[in-house]
Amino acid sequence: MAGTWVIVEQRDGNIRKVTYEMLSEAKKIGDEVSAVVFGKSVEGMASEFAKYGADKVYAVEGDVFAEYNTGAYVAQLAAMIAEYSPNAVLFAHTFNGRDFASRLAQKLEAGLATDAIAVELSAGRGVFTRAIYAGKAIAKVEVTTNPVLATIRAGVMEVAESAGAGAVVKPAIAATAGDVYQNIKSFVPTVSARPDLTEAETVVSGGRGCKGPDGIKIVETLADLLGAAVGGSRASIDSGWLGHELQVGQTGKVVCPNLYIAAGISGAIQHLAGMSSSKFIAAINTDPEAPIFNVSDFGVVADLFKVIPTLCTELKK
Amino acid sequence: MKVLVCVKQTFDTEAKIELKDGKIADAGINLIINPYDEVAVEGGIQLKEKKVVDEVVVLSAGSDKAMDAIRTALAMGADRGILIKQDTGADEYARAIALAAAIKEENPDIILAGHVAADDGSSQVPTRIAEILGLPHINVITNVEIADGKATCTCEADGGTLVAEVALPAVISSQVSWNEPRYPSMKGIMQAKKKPVTTADAVAADNKVKIIEFAMPPAKQAGVKIDDEPDVCAAKLADWMLNTVKIEVK
Repeated sequence: MAGTWVIVEQRDGNIRKVTYEMLSEAKKIGDEVSAVVFGKSVEGMASEFAKYGADKVYAVEGDVFAEYNTGAYVAQLAAMIAEYSPNAVLFAHTFNGRDFASRLAQKLEAGLATDAIAVELSAGRGVFTRAIYAGKAIAKVEVTTNPVLATIRAGVMEVAESAGAGAVVKPAIAATAGDVYQNIKSFVPTVSARPDLTEAETVVSGGRGCKGPDGIKIVETLADLLGAAVGGSRASIDSGWLGHELQVGQTGKVVCPNLYIAAGISGAIQHLAGMSSSKFIAAINTDPEAPIFNVSDFGVVADLFKVIPTLCTELKK
Repeated sequence: MKVLVCVKQTFDTEAKIELKDGKIADAGINLIINPYDEVAVEGGIQLKEKKVVDEVVVLSAGSDKAMDAIRTALAMGADRGILIKQDTGADEYARAIALAAAIKEENPDIILAGHVAADDGSSQVPTRIAEILGLPHINVITNVEIADGKATCTCEADGGTLVAEVALPAVISSQVSWNEPRYPSMKGIMQAKKKPVTTADAVAADNKVKIIEFAMPPAKQAGVKIDDEPDVCAAKLADWMLNTVKIEVK
């Protein structure tokens, strides 16, 4: 059996932080840790994964892997699993990661725990903690098939450097152009100087209390001062002040940054589900009874239009 | 052309979750169509209104209660329904097997579903269905154009927006921002009562994951709350951010 595999999340050589989080977590298990990286030419990235404990790096190279596509990636990974028999395969719970893992799991007629926030792996047994109802409850699930398959939520596991050998393995290529069934016409990256909502250290979110685009501007000014991502409650998304991809909550993104600042957000249960696992939470709201204060480490009963500009000045001192 | 929409009945997203005897308590909880699936229903109905498809079939697997979700979709404008009776303890694998078996009999051109359910948050079933049926799939769409036997989809992707094309028949999963689902009209609700719904038992399949336990998340304790002049509030908040959270200012 060949230890724990971590499927690398990267686009054009930009490696998502969740990859390092997964490698660090896999290292704790004690088994051999391998990074599996797909792309046109990816061998050069191997040292990046070795820094976080990868003993081996499977460099899966070819034109057919240049961009993520389910068909070719699944065909290839299924062949590699048959050849090398890993105990467990961990994917990032990104859009690509969950797509990849779900189709692979069905091909192998296997179980899959998605969006895991804690991992217990030993002797081929895998138990995962999952947030259900967007974090309103927790389920512990065991994947009873082999290899154990899971997708891991970004931002939950600690990154720890530890030297691994990073020995490059070039697996036999099993996928062909015939396996590709999604014709990717274009990919347009989100043009934003701000970090990705689900990967940001700090998130500043605006809600109904922002009253409109001017209030959102104030939230954005604070976010930029902190190098933070901007998010919103359903009220500000439904009002069109922010794009849907920035919604935090049960029908949006679930985030767990180091610091979450809720500005003008009352704290509907829908929203709390998406952010209450953040490490520190600050809230600014004019209503002293707003439920957001029940989950806040630091609550300010005041008008965000008055507090945030002064806060920015104070922080710049 | 025929579109089939998979819907799951879930708790209202505003519902408070509690445990009873180690399980998620469902007494008194308002049940709805999973919001992501509701968008798929709306998308299917709009395809019919645009005369891209002739028929919208809605499919759900679950207990008898799931009939309400089917009736709601019919009231929105779907033509007929199929209820597959399945234990609600079935996992993603078993549900995908049951739904795929029903889909195979219908042989639709387009299969729609929400990309995730608001209850278990698994994001697995539509993709698993596609694999079982050997069909192409595309996930998390915010728009779709159907022409010449192909679906061209705009999708929310990691760090951007993707446009991708698949040949039909295909499984397509929706993001909530695709459309704004309509409320059923009174006329729609009356008509829905007369629309045909067939029922069948689920194809047997063993679960591949096992629930060990349910628990409540650790309760977050409320911290400091200050109610003072804006300037004082701002200064104290800045102090907390810098000295307790230890944030870095750019």
